[in-house]
Amino acid sequence: MKKNSTFTKTYLAVIMIIIYIPILLTVIYSFNEAKLTSVWDGFSLKWYQELFRDKDMAQALVNSLILAFLSCTLSVIIGTLGALGMHRVKRKSNNFIEYISTLPIMIPEIILGMVFLAVFSFMGLPFGLTTLVIAHTTFCVPYLFMMVKARLVGMDESIQDAARDLGASEIRVFLLVTLPMIRPAILSGMLLSFAMSFDDVVISIFVTGARVNTLPIKIYTKLKTGVTPEINALAAVMLAITIVIILAAEKIGKKKMA
Amino acid sequence: MIIKNRIDRKKHKSLTQKGNWILIAPIYIFTLIFVFFPFIYMFMISFMERAQVWGFVNKFTLENYRRILEPIYLNTFLQSLKLAFMSTCFIVLIGYPFGYYMAKLDTVGKKRMMILLLIPFFTSALIRLNGWIIVFRSNGVLDKILMGLHVTTEPLKLLYSYSAVVTGMIYLLLPFMILSVYSSAEKLDWTLVEAARDLGASRFQAFLNISLKLTMPGLLSGVVLTFIPSMGLFFVADILGGNKIVLVGSIIQQQLTKGRNIPFAAALSVILMILTSLILQLYKKLANTKEVEGLF
Repeated sequence: MKKNSTFTKTYLAVIMIIIYIPILLTVIYSFNEAKLTSVWDGFSLKWYQELFRDKDMAQALVNSLILAFLSCTLSVIIGTLGALGMHRVKRKSNNFIEYISTLPIMIPEIILGMVFLAVFSFMGLPFGLTTLVIAHTTFCVPYLFMMVKARLVGMDESIQDAARDLGASEIRVFLLVTLPMIRPAILSGMLLSFAMSFDDVVISIFVTGARVNTLPIKIYTKLKTGVTPEINALAAVMLAITIVIILAAEKIGKKKMA
Repeated sequence: MIIKNRIDRKKHKSLTQKGNWILIAPIYIFTLIFVFFPFIYMFMISFMERAQVWGFVNKFTLENYRRILEPIYLNTFLQSLKLAFMSTCFIVLIGYPFGYYMAKLDTVGKKRMMILLLIPFFTSALIRLNGWIIVFRSNGVLDKILMGLHVTTEPLKLLYSYSAVVTGMIYLLLPFMILSVYSSAEKLDWTLVEAARDLGASRFQAFLNISLKLTMPGLLSGVVLTFIPSMGLFFVADILGGNKIVLVGSIIQQQLTKGRNIPFAAALSVILMILTSLILQLYKKLANTKEVEGLF
């Protein structure tokens, strides 16, 4: 019944190729001997050597990983518990909190950056990792909250009731029944919020201190200053890691399904 | 026995109620302190006078809002809206068919497409923009190809132009449109389209009356997910547009970093937020839903 004309397939292929052209070019030029991307001087690995020697870049990477890990963990706790609690007992105030807590991903990021810059100076928090973690957690919580909430809505409540009737304590019910059911939502929420935190530049720029750089901030300053063959090498490395992670997640997903 | 059971139930209920507070306390406290309060604070300082060096003085003024009406800032708002509108139009034109056709593929095809989409989606936005710098740079890849084909005779100087910024926006935000149209079209009951065709509707009529109508929620949420961010992504204008293209996001950033005028930046943010919520309200009305579909 579903006929896929050649036109459909060609269209999908063409757009996909256009999507990948800039990415592939970056990878190709990361092996370029020349500093400028307008000339090709032959194959070389020197930008990779330079990248791996760059201590600032390594530190920025470590910072970004710590930041993404912390904000991801915090938002898993806040978002998951919140979704569970609001699902169990309905209060009028829930709608309000839900609306406010999802605001950070509904508005342009720049507003959040501005808001946090102002409010953290008011609170007297020292700009650095702490402020970064707080700011990132605000936009990671909605992903966890909304995904877990969506999962809970579609869940069969009677299974939990059955466990309770059979004498399981609340904690046991949670660990043995509820948690396994919402685990996929938590995992995909974590993946998404980790990626968002790891990639964020707009908000980070405003809430970071003078001494703490994250990887995107570092890339941003380099791109702004101009010629950056080292970034091409970094791009290739990051792309390779992303592909491995996505394929691994896909494999794990497949195993679970079987 | 029954009474005891009832008491137990009651006890159980009040216990869960109590336990429930522990569950929701984190999100309540966190949201109130770090989201709600900051927004109120921003709203307040947008009515304050700026201090000499940094910060603000506790004096009520409407000056910040009056200043937004100055032609230079008003124009930026208009330019920003225009750019967001243009990017969104292109994104709809490219992304809608993509998401729609993708939903028509078989399971294996869908999976492959999804993985191919997710790789750039999870790759850093800045790194993807870097690829476009290589394409657009004077004497870069695009210039070389066009000159090699004798389409143009000299470099087009596309980097640091309006088209480069629009391209960057489209490129970064396209996946959002594709994914939300796809999730809508996936649920589409294709037998309805067939039925319409059997009843004599032309392909186009069937598409317009059935497919388009039923995938409208996905399309609309895609529009929201692309239009709103495109007003604030100042780094796209920065990296691909040089200093030539200024977005609302760029002025807010400049006011904070170079201008050191927090109250004015706050006023700009308030207006941008009002604009955003108007768009969201419009979306909710049109789509007849409370939530933005797509990613969730």
